[in-house]
Amino acid sequence: MAILKDKKVVIIGDRDGIPGPAISACVESAGGEVVFASTECFV
Amino acid sequence: MDLENQKRVKEFAEKYGAENVVVILGAAEGEAAGLAAETVTAGDPTFAGPLTGVQLGLTVYHVCEPEVKDEFDPAVYDDQISMMEMVLDVDDIIDEMSSIRDEYCKYL
Repeated sequence: MAILKDKKVVIIGDRDGIPGPAISACVESAGGEVVFASTECFV
Repeated sequence: MDLENQKRVKEFAEKYGAENVVVILGAAEGEAAGLAAETVTAGDPTFAGPLTGVQLGLTVYHVCEPEVKDEFDPAVYDDQISMMEMVLDVDDIIDEMSSIRDEYCKYL
Protein backbone atom coordinates (compact mmCIF):
# COMPACT_ATOMS: atom_id res chain seq x y z
CA MET A 1 0.00 0.00 0.00
CA ALA A 2 1.23 3.47 -0.83
CA ILE A 3 2.65 5.44 2.07
CA LEU A 4 2.13 8.94 0.68
CA LYS A 5 -0.75 8.87 -1.80
CA ASP A 6 -3.78 10.84 -0.54
CA LYS A 7 -2.17 11.43 2.87
CA LYS A 8 -1.72 14.74 4.65
CA VAL A 9 2.02 15.17 4.73
CA VAL A 10 3.97 17.28 7.21
CA ILE A 11 7.55 18.03 6.14
CA ILE A 12 10.30 18.86 8.58
CA GLY A 13 13.34 19.63 6.45
CA ASP A 14 16.79 20.52 7.72
CA ARG A 15 19.04 23.37 6.69
CA ASP A 16 22.08 21.08 6.95
CA GLY A 17 20.36 18.11 5.35
CA ILE A 18 17.46 18.18 2.90
CA PRO A 19 15.49 21.47 2.89
CA GLY A 20 11.67 21.54 3.07
CA PRO A 21 10.91 22.71 -0.50
CA ALA A 22 12.99 19.88 -2.04
CA ILE A 23 11.04 17.31 -0.01
CA SER A 24 7.73 19.00 -0.95
CA ALA A 25 8.47 18.58 -4.65
CA CYS A 26 9.10 14.84 -4.15
CA VAL A 27 6.04 14.27 -1.96
CA GLU A 28 3.79 16.00 -4.49
CA SER A 29 5.24 13.82 -7.26
CA ALA A 30 4.09 10.78 -5.23
CA GLY A 31 0.52 12.06 -4.82
CA GLY A 32 0.80 13.23 -1.21
CA GLU A 33 -0.85 16.44 -0.07
CA VAL A 34 1.68 18.72 1.63
CA VAL A 35 -0.15 20.49 4.47
CA PHE A 36 2.94 22.03 6.00
CA ALA A 37 6.64 22.27 5.13
CA SER A 38 9.42 23.84 7.14
CA THR A 39 13.20 23.83 7.21
CA GLU A 40 14.67 23.52 10.68
CA CYS A 41 18.10 24.39 11.90
CA PHE A 42 19.38 21.96 14.53
CA VAL A 43 22.35 24.08 15.58
CA MET B 1 12.23 19.27 17.14
CA ASP B 2 11.47 22.97 17.22
CA LEU B 3 8.61 23.76 19.61
CA GLU B 4 6.53 25.61 17.05
CA ASN B 5 6.68 22.62 14.70
CA GLN B 6 5.66 20.24 17.50
CA LYS B 7 2.59 22.38 18.04
CA ARG B 8 1.76 22.26 14.34
CA VAL B 9 2.21 18.49 14.12
CA LYS B 10 -0.11 18.04 17.11
CA GLU B 11 -2.76 20.30 15.53
CA PHE B 12 -2.61 18.47 12.18
CA ALA B 13 -2.96 15.10 13.91
CA GLU B 14 -6.06 16.38 15.74
CA LYS B 15 -7.52 18.00 12.63
CA TYR B 16 -7.02 15.21 10.08
CA GLY B 17 -6.74 12.16 12.34
CA ALA B 18 -3.34 10.67 13.21
CA GLU B 19 -3.87 7.74 10.80
CA ASN B 20 -4.06 10.18 7.85
CA VAL B 21 -0.92 12.14 8.63
CA VAL B 22 2.59 11.21 7.45
CA VAL B 23 5.72 13.08 8.57
CA ILE B 24 8.73 13.25 6.23
CA LEU B 25 12.08 14.36 7.64
CA GLY B 26 15.15 15.80 5.97
CA ALA B 27 17.56 15.63 8.91
CA ALA B 28 21.28 15.55 8.15
CA GLU B 29 22.14 12.66 10.46
CA GLY B 30 20.69 9.57 12.06
CA GLU B 31 20.61 10.90 15.58
CA ALA B 32 18.68 14.06 14.65
CA ALA B 33 16.30 12.03 12.46
CA GLY B 34 15.73 9.58 15.31
CA LEU B 35 14.97 12.35 17.81
CA ALA B 36 12.46 13.99 15.47
CA ALA B 37 10.88 10.59 14.69
CA GLU B 38 10.59 9.80 18.40
CA THR B 39 8.97 13.19 19.01
CA VAL B 40 6.10 12.54 16.56
CA THR B 41 5.55 8.94 17.67
CA ALA B 42 6.35 8.48 21.37
CA GLY B 43 6.41 12.13 22.49
CA ASP B 44 9.10 14.77 22.94
CA PRO B 45 12.16 13.02 24.49
CA THR B 46 13.51 16.36 25.73
CA PHE B 47 10.31 17.08 27.74
CA ALA B 48 10.28 20.66 26.45
CA GLY B 49 7.55 20.96 23.83
CA PRO B 50 3.80 20.49 23.30
CA LEU B 51 4.34 16.81 22.39
CA THR B 52 5.79 15.89 25.79
CA GLY B 53 3.92 12.80 26.93
CA VAL B 54 1.78 12.77 23.76
CA GLN B 55 2.09 9.46 21.89
CA LEU B 56 0.80 10.33 18.42
CA GLY B 57 2.32 7.21 16.82
CA LEU B 58 2.44 8.95 13.42
CA THR B 59 3.89 7.29 10.34
CA VAL B 60 7.31 8.88 9.87
CA TYR B 61 10.05 8.43 7.27
CA HIS B 62 13.25 10.17 6.27
CA VAL B 63 13.10 11.37 2.66
CA CYS B 64 16.07 9.15 1.70
CA GLU B 65 14.54 5.88 2.96
CA PRO B 66 13.81 3.39 0.16
CA GLU B 67 10.14 2.87 1.15
CA VAL B 68 9.21 6.47 0.30
CA LYS B 69 11.91 7.03 -2.31
CA ASP B 70 10.22 4.32 -4.42
CA GLU B 71 7.06 6.42 -4.55
CA PHE B 72 8.69 9.64 -5.77
CA ASP B 73 9.07 10.58 -9.42
CA PRO B 74 12.73 9.56 -10.00
CA ALA B 75 13.43 12.68 -12.10
CA VAL B 76 12.22 14.95 -9.30
CA TYR B 77 14.24 13.02 -6.71
CA ASP B 78 17.37 13.23 -8.85
CA ASP B 79 16.89 16.92 -9.32
CA GLN B 80 16.05 17.85 -5.71
CA ILE B 81 17.63 15.29 -3.36
CA SER B 82 20.28 13.07 -4.93
CA MET B 83 23.17 15.56 -4.51
CA MET B 84 22.58 15.84 -0.77
CA GLU B 85 21.88 12.13 -0.40
CA MET B 86 25.48 11.45 -1.41
CA VAL B 87 26.84 13.24 1.66
CA LEU B 88 24.38 11.76 4.17
CA ASP B 89 25.00 8.55 6.10
CA VAL B 90 21.81 6.95 4.79
CA ASP B 91 22.46 3.56 6.43
CA ASP B 92 22.70 5.19 9.85
CA ILE B 93 19.50 7.17 9.18
CA ILE B 94 17.65 4.00 8.08
CA ASP B 95 18.80 2.15 11.24
CA GLU B 96 17.56 4.91 13.53
CA MET B 97 14.29 5.44 11.70
CA SER B 98 13.32 1.80 11.39
CA SER B 99 13.92 1.07 15.06
CA ILE B 100 11.72 4.01 16.09
CA ARG B 101 9.00 2.97 13.62
CA ASP B 102 9.05 -0.65 14.80
CA GLU B 103 8.65 0.44 18.37
CA TYR B 104 6.22 3.37 18.23
CA CYS B 105 4.33 3.74 14.92
CA LYS B 106 0.67 2.84 15.26
CA TYR B 107 -0.47 3.04 11.64
CA LEU B 108 1.92 0.96 9.53
